[in-house]
Amino acid sequence: MNLDDLRAVVAAVPGKDWLAGAEARVRADPDAVAPLFARAGRELGRRPLPDRPGWTAGQAGRVLLLAALADPARTAELYWHGDAAERLAVLHALPLLNIGDAGVPLAEDALRTNDARLVAAALGPYASRLDPATWRQGVVKCVFMGIPLSVVDRLEDRADAALTGMLAALARERAAAGRRMPADALALLNRHLLRKED
Amino acid sequence: MRVFDPHIHMTSRTTDDYRRMAANGVRAVVEPAFWLGQPRTSPGSFADYFDSLLGWEPYRASQFGVRHHATLALNPKEANDPRCKGVLDLLPRYLDKDGVVAVGEIGYDSMTPAEDEAFAAQLELAVRFELPALVHTPHRDKAAGTRRTLDVVAASGIAPGLVAVDHLNEVTVAPVRESGCWAGFSIYPETKMSPPRMVEILKEYGTERMLVNSAADWGHSDPLLTVETGRAMLAAGFTADDVDRVLWRNPVEFYGQSGRLDLSETGTPESAYAGSSIARGGS
Repeated sequence: MNLDDLRAVVAAVPGKDWLAGAEARVRADPDAVAPLFARAGRELGRRPLPDRPGWTAGQAGRVLLLAALADPARTAELYWHGDAAERLAVLHALPLLNIGDAGVPLAEDALRTNDARLVAAALGPYASRLDPATWRQGVVKCVFMGIPLSVVDRLEDRADAALTGMLAALARERAAAGRRMPADALALLNRHLLRKED
Repeated sequence: MRVFDPHIHMTSRTTDDYRRMAANGVRAVVEPAFWLGQPRTSPGSFADYFDSLLGWEPYRASQFGVRHHATLALNPKEANDPRCKGVLDLLPRYLDKDGVVAVGEIGYDSMTPAEDEAFAAQLELAVRFELPALVHTPHRDKAAGTRRTLDVVAASGIAPGLVAVDHLNEVTVAPVRESGCWAGFSIYPETKMSPPRMVEILKEYGTERMLVNSAADWGHSDPLLTVETGRAMLAAGFTADDVDRVLWRNPVEFYGQSGRLDLSETGTPESAYAGSSIARGGS
């Protein structure tokens, strides 16, 4: 979802005027952002959007508030002081903000959690800034946690011999234990092995 | 039977408990911040604890189909340690979060001046953030502690309907009923209150403004004693609607006053109570 998509989501809910006011306040006084960011969920809606899997109007509004804020240090503070939904909103916003590498420690933190939503969000487009070793650990963690690999941005481009080596080792452990590998991980492994034979 | 446990310390419970609770009808819980057995020595420990109550624990609960909300506060026991006083400065930041449906547990442990100060300051926070308050009553000198609690609540100016006074028994229930506050009962295997005694109290005082919880934690306790109390009510002649009122609609009504309760994913029909909209934000 880009900022225009998010704008369209919020335009469809009764809280849209609240968000317009909140954005104006954040532009005028960046220190006012924390309580507005926290309240956006209940002001705009916390129910899953049927046509936007993984999103709510509140989460869309939070990303728009971060765009209005346009402040890397304050954005990081909102992550560190956020509940799970606030942290998720920051992670979703990272690729849409002009934030440079300031979000890398946040994505690394998310990959250390055991919350599938946070792990998945950390492997979106902003993961291009993660170093290869961290990124590979994140991908293998998805396989462990049962997170579909479709959440990983540019998986085919970035999958390298080191990653497929880790997946092959995991496949051997799983086979020894009589347990299955997820189909998407096996497919990735097979594609890479075929490519090597070319 | 659908059950909302309005007071349970899930941080101290296992995933097996979540499974058994879900299998027996417990679909929603509120976890009040309290002490953890081992005293904490700095506000940082509380920040991590509060983060867990708003992050990891609700996520863990959701894996088992249980909706989890929290109440946050500096508890009375640790209010006596000057090293923890800074927790009061952390609270405003946390009390804005969606998952926080009350300030609590506040109140008295040993009725010290430090507890007086923390109790009054946190009742003020409840008023400022338009949240209900969950008030613990002391284990020692309970009757005197309950009377003093009600005096402090009255002096604070918070509406009595926004206050639940918890861990009551046969001796302390009457003054709480008269005050207009909600009456909370913690059903324990041996101590505070048992299902048969709870049934007698409900017969005498009715089902209005009554909250029944397991208060299960790291001590000898049982997260299914809410369900057991529902069964005891039915056996004693209460109707299924009475049980639903006490074990579901009452906690929904009490915590719903926060405007933050979100039960949209519990798969239960929407409550008739419209105050905070359990479908809040659904639009």
